[in-house]
Amino acid sequence: MKLTGAQILIESLKAEGVEAIFGIPGGAIMPVYDVLFDSGIAHILTRHEQGAIHAAEGYARTTGKVGVCMATSGPGATNLVTGLVDALMDSTPIVAITGQVPTHLIGTDGFQEADIYGISIPATKYNYLVRDVNKLAQIVAEAFYIARTGRPGPVLIDLPKDIQLAVTEYVKPKPVSLPCYDQYFQEINETQVDKAIQAIEEAERPVIYVGGGVIISGAHQELYEFAKRTHIPVTTTLMGLGSFPGTDELSLGMLGMHGTKYANYAMGEADLIIALGARFDDRVTGKVSEFARNAKIVHVDIDAAEINKIVYAHIPIRGDVKKVLQVFLKKLDKAKLKTYDKWHKQIQEWKTQYPLTYENSEDEVIPQYVVEQIYEATKGEAIITVGVGQHQMWAAQYYRFQAPRSWVSSSGLGTMGFGFPAAIGAQVAYPHRTVFTIDGDGSFQMTIQELATAVQYHLPIKIAILNNGYLGMVRQWQQLFFKGRYSHTFLGSPDFVKIAEGYGAVGMLITKKAEVRPAIEKALETDNTVVMDFRIPQEDNVFPMIPAGGTLKQMIG
Amino acid sequence: MLHTLSLLVRNHPGVLSHVAGLFTRRGYNIESISVGVTENPELSRMTIAVGGDERVVQQIIKQCQKLVDVLSIKDLKYDESITRELAVFVVKTPTNQSRAEIIQIAGVFNARVADMSETSIMIEVTGNQRQIDSITRLLAQYGIEEMARTGIVALTFPSKRKPEDSSERE
Repeated sequence: MKLTGAQILIESLKAEGVEAIFGIPGGAIMPVYDVLFDSGIAHILTRHEQGAIHAAEGYARTTGKVGVCMATSGPGATNLVTGLVDALMDSTPIVAITGQVPTHLIGTDGFQEADIYGISIPATKYNYLVRDVNKLAQIVAEAFYIARTGRPGPVLIDLPKDIQLAVTEYVKPKPVSLPCYDQYFQEINETQVDKAIQAIEEAERPVIYVGGGVIISGAHQELYEFAKRTHIPVTTTLMGLGSFPGTDELSLGMLGMHGTKYANYAMGEADLIIALGARFDDRVTGKVSEFARNAKIVHVDIDAAEINKIVYAHIPIRGDVKKVLQVFLKKLDKAKLKTYDKWHKQIQEWKTQYPLTYENSEDEVIPQYVVEQIYEATKGEAIITVGVGQHQMWAAQYYRFQAPRSWVSSSGLGTMGFGFPAAIGAQVAYPHRTVFTIDGDGSFQMTIQELATAVQYHLPIKIAILNNGYLGMVRQWQQLFFKGRYSHTFLGSPDFVKIAEGYGAVGMLITKKAEVRPAIEKALETDNTVVMDFRIPQEDNVFPMIPAGGTLKQMIG
Repeated sequence: MLHTLSLLVRNHPGVLSHVAGLFTRRGYNIESISVGVTENPELSRMTIAVGGDERVVQQIIKQCQKLVDVLSIKDLKYDESITRELAVFVVKTPTNQSRAEIIQIAGVFNARVADMSETSIMIEVTGNQRQIDSITRLLAQYGIEEMARTGIVALTFPSKRKPEDSSERE
């Protein structure tokens, strides 16, 4: 069967089971869009390519499938770059397809030409510039394989316009085999697991420290059983929220810069830390030389380069965390497990003495209260996406996630504007679930144009803006570390209600505490995109806080 | 300390950018890099000289291993491998005496005279980095007009090859 490159691309996407693509057409990708038109694959037209890739990330993060986005050459392609790096940092499987000028124009500074292949090398797990239509089907198969296997990540395929139009015999791709890449998927070293179990038997004060890897590998059930059987308390990173029930008695909540005091104290006092799919980010460790000084470290990771990168691992275990935990569970039958009563008593004292709490108000709209009310109104079952800043931390602290893949946050790169387009991807994936974006007024305004997308595709996303009229987290740092000199962080506030209405969404202004819950309930009953403008105090801060590069002793709040 | 990394990589456009890009992104400094095709036309060998303590070099190796195009990477030990570099010099020879001395120095290093003019001489030499550094220092006394170094290529001695290295022969 003779097909054009564009047809081969769409056939290949179907073969990968792609159901939705997020993108914007343009000159250099038009042959592909022409085939896409009646292909049966859903396409969500965003208003900016950054929105398209964040939506693909939201889709991927909530489903575990590969998210697909598409853009034209030049500015279309460069607008994807933030999302590519974001997906690389948070290990999100993405395939990004970009149009490119015809091959004979490459290198001539053609109209809308950008070297996205070169630009995206440090922004992707792998990337391709297709120069031969006969290789296209195999390249697409490889791209999906690389994106979703091992430590997932973004893969970019740059497709020149003449290749899209070239005709060739369509040959189905061979099963993907990449010797250079596949050789690192090795067997789990069970001797290392034995050593780790011995360390558990010998420990007095162990902690399980869980990162996003547990969610990516779908290891939440194994984690639950592992924690319950070993009686070891669990703290999660920002990426790990939802991997362990936040309401469980073994849960310490989130650790790190804005983590709970008891999680950070437990890490500081621990004599054994079992790191599962976590990478000792600086927001977790603070000053590395002071981090967990008394602890033996077991580090389970699929990526060998993460082991010993920041913190020395006494017992490294290379492998998929789900499979590694299955080996642990099998071996636990013969282990001499403890109950660590003294340790739990100590943790309970910390929990009583330093609970995660905030000062509520009689009439003001307090941000933490808003998050709690969203949590209660949605029974903790909503998909929550967030931007980056104070609102993100309040959401992480006070929405007690019960299930994996229900929390979508740009955690590694910290991309403001991520939350709302990510919610579009999540709502496309789950039309019947409640999708809430808890956003800041600064973050929301970075991708606010996607309101048009949400309304056009009837996506009933609920956007809760915790509006303090500032770039709040930067303002907080200015207050604490720059003598209160609020250099260029004041935003003021547009009329978000009018903006929402202008786009055809529903707008609500909430200025009093008593209005908070009714507004949330009303939003949940509304079958439309809803923008809730919660006017919170301008200078509320996120506490507790360990300053960047700091130690437990420097904890504020 | 300088380490010599030997990488077998897939031979296609872009692979050099991927490897070099990794060094940029992670903030590692390349002292020298040389690339050439191997007996298998689908594979190229890259030899990269890089500075850093053991921990940094281990991290570089692991990051390189993650690259989809990298089939193998080895940190070559000095006493287990041959390391060679080609250097070419143009040196001033204002007098017959200086020319004679330069030819004598070249002889000590097994270097070859590639060309001569009335006022200068071109020397080519291969050797390990220490030898190249030495002849560079000696020739510098006469005034080096121009020079070029290839960066090193290296291979493990067959007698020192370990069984696990055999996979890279494929």
